[in-house]
Amino acid sequence: MTNDTQTPLLSVRNLRIEFPTRRGVLVAIDDVSFDISKGEVLGVVGESGAGKSLTGAAIIGLLEPPGRIADGQILLQGEPIHNLPHAQMRKIRGRKIAMIFQDPLTSLNPLFTVGQQIIETILTHKDISEKQARQRAIDLLTEVGIPGPEQRVDHYPHQFSGGMRQRVVIALALCADPELIIADEPTTALDVSVQAQIIALLKKLCKEHQTAVMLVTHDMGVIAEVADRVAVMYAGRLAEIGPVKELVQNPQHPYTKGLMGSIPVLGADIKRLVQIDGSMPRLTSIPKGCAFNPRCKQVFDRCREERPNLIATGKTHAACWLYDNQDKNQDNQGNDQDSQDKREQTA
Amino acid sequence: MTASTAETLLSVEDLKCQFDVSKPFLNRVLEREPKRWLKAVDGVSFSIKKGETFALVGESGCGKSTVARLVVGLYDPTDGHIYFDGKDVHNIKSNAEIQTLRRRFQMIFQDPFASLNPRWRVDRIVAEPIKVFGLMSDEKKIKERVAELLTQVGLSPADGSKWPHEFSGGQRQRICIARALANNPEFLVCDEPTSALDVSVQAQILNLMKDLQDTLGLTYLFISHDLAVVRHMANRVGVMYLGRIVEIADSKTLFEEPKHPYTRMLLATIPDITMSGKEKVIMKGEVPNPITPPPGCTFHPRCPLANERCKREAPALIAVSGGQSVSCHAIEEGRTA
Repeated sequence: MTNDTQTPLLSVRNLRIEFPTRRGVLVAIDDVSFDISKGEVLGVVGESGAGKSLTGAAIIGLLEPPGRIADGQILLQGEPIHNLPHAQMRKIRGRKIAMIFQDPLTSLNPLFTVGQQIIETILTHKDISEKQARQRAIDLLTEVGIPGPEQRVDHYPHQFSGGMRQRVVIALALCADPELIIADEPTTALDVSVQAQIIALLKKLCKEHQTAVMLVTHDMGVIAEVADRVAVMYAGRLAEIGPVKELVQNPQHPYTKGLMGSIPVLGADIKRLVQIDGSMPRLTSIPKGCAFNPRCKQVFDRCREERPNLIATGKTHAACWLYDNQDKNQDNQGNDQDSQDKREQTA
Repeated sequence: MTASTAETLLSVEDLKCQFDVSKPFLNRVLEREPKRWLKAVDGVSFSIKKGETFALVGESGCGKSTVARLVVGLYDPTDGHIYFDGKDVHNIKSNAEIQTLRRRFQMIFQDPFASLNPRWRVDRIVAEPIKVFGLMSDEKKIKERVAELLTQVGLSPADGSKWPHEFSGGQRQRICIARALANNPEFLVCDEPTSALDVSVQAQILNLMKDLQDTLGLTYLFISHDLAVVRHMANRVGVMYLGRIVEIADSKTLFEEPKHPYTRMLLATIPDITMSGKEKVIMKGEVPNPITPPPGCTFHPRCPLANERCKREAPALIAVSGGQSVSCHAIEEGRTA
């Protein structure tokens, strides 16, 4: 598996994450599969508790016990990384996969200057002198748009504003030129005007460095701005995945449709927002069949019995029986696009 | 002076609120530092008509929540007046009169996890305003009223015997709304009621709030940082920046023809969900520290239209047309297109 053009950068296969509790095993992520190619931005959206952050944590190997990967594989450039020992995972973490957390205040150590923190990270992963590392730290700070980096490198995190701090966190993530950055709600703690700056920065840096990004957020607006593809998660499962434009403008899964309709839009005069009644099921009581079926307006018998796999429909893949117009037993994994498309045409 | 016409429910005039952020007395003496004040709200005026929704938007630290708290009386203003139905709220001496006035407004808070007492059952939480204001004394009637309120906000009367932790965020916000409605208020102050909620739940709560406004004829003061939510909810909008209102206009006018450079930039920075692919203008800089705001117009360091006058003089809110007021020298002098 060394063929770079064929192997996606990251490939998550049938991932299942469980939390054993006293009252039984909770399945937080259930059979989730997706790929991220080199330089691609994959947005992962969903409501709180949908499992989007957990997926990110599992990829970078920061799953908190008792949470564990019960099944499935995570492949980085074709090599499995979900079962690596800690020492080996540490070498990947930071160098190949980096992470940007939501809250820039808690992800920086208040007792060290930002320079010390960046230099430490560089020296952990690169074999260069401390002086070179400091120069690299200053370069990184310049790159993320911090004014006066020569002075700022010796400042402590509390001397930076929220937006500037998040820039420092991005600089930290870029230290070792990672292949993949997992950004977990990178702009949620920021104001809209600063959010726009950070989004623009992230977009620019990924383009320049050819870094792939898994952008975890609940904000569809941010996704629409940055992502190339979007995965919509619901109750620990993928509801729909596809190119961002198609998914935003022409969502297929009833949940995605509801989600898009429930977002107030600036340009339009809408009397009432689309309302998805009820709320996401708790992990203890995920309904049988499709997890969305109790809230779905287009539900039919099969939805209550069988769990749908991702089915190609239009230009996206949706986990919904509505789009399964072939015989019931076929397992549509969504990778036989051609035959699916033909089916669409005949239907 | 009574600024109320027949239909104005609330009017706020030149409201100011300062917080003392000085160091302790001894430090001040030793370090020879003067007292320091944070001007959270610095001369805000607006009025809300009966049955309409007035929204205040702005980034964090602009003073919008302080205004909300001043209006309901959780903070005392440093200066200025708040007239509710023509009466100066902070100038009433008799307790009975304050009580009757207080009964007519209520507040919904941002965080539904922090604003419900975890040791009280839901029915006790919802019944509290009824008891505090002494509206009913018969336990059975109170129970009926609570059941009615819970049904009104889309919960079941049986939920009354549950604890707050048994509910999700959206349901808790419904409980908060039920509690706020318990004393039949005419005016609700909603401080970021949906910012702690997911979008699909937010849609439910916003729809509920609109329905309640239609059936009960409520008036809202709606505080939010989310412009799209404000566009959806409000009739009139005030944009705040560092304790001052920079622009007030009807919702439609504000979003279609924003005048103030700050409003324009704020609108331009919202992620475009329709993906129309229009060019983005990104605002430079961040909100300055409100303890040491820039002199003159507080927006001038970030403003593309700023000149010498903007650095010296603070602009006043000047009416431009059809109920739209802007505080900007550039607009006043016609320096923009």
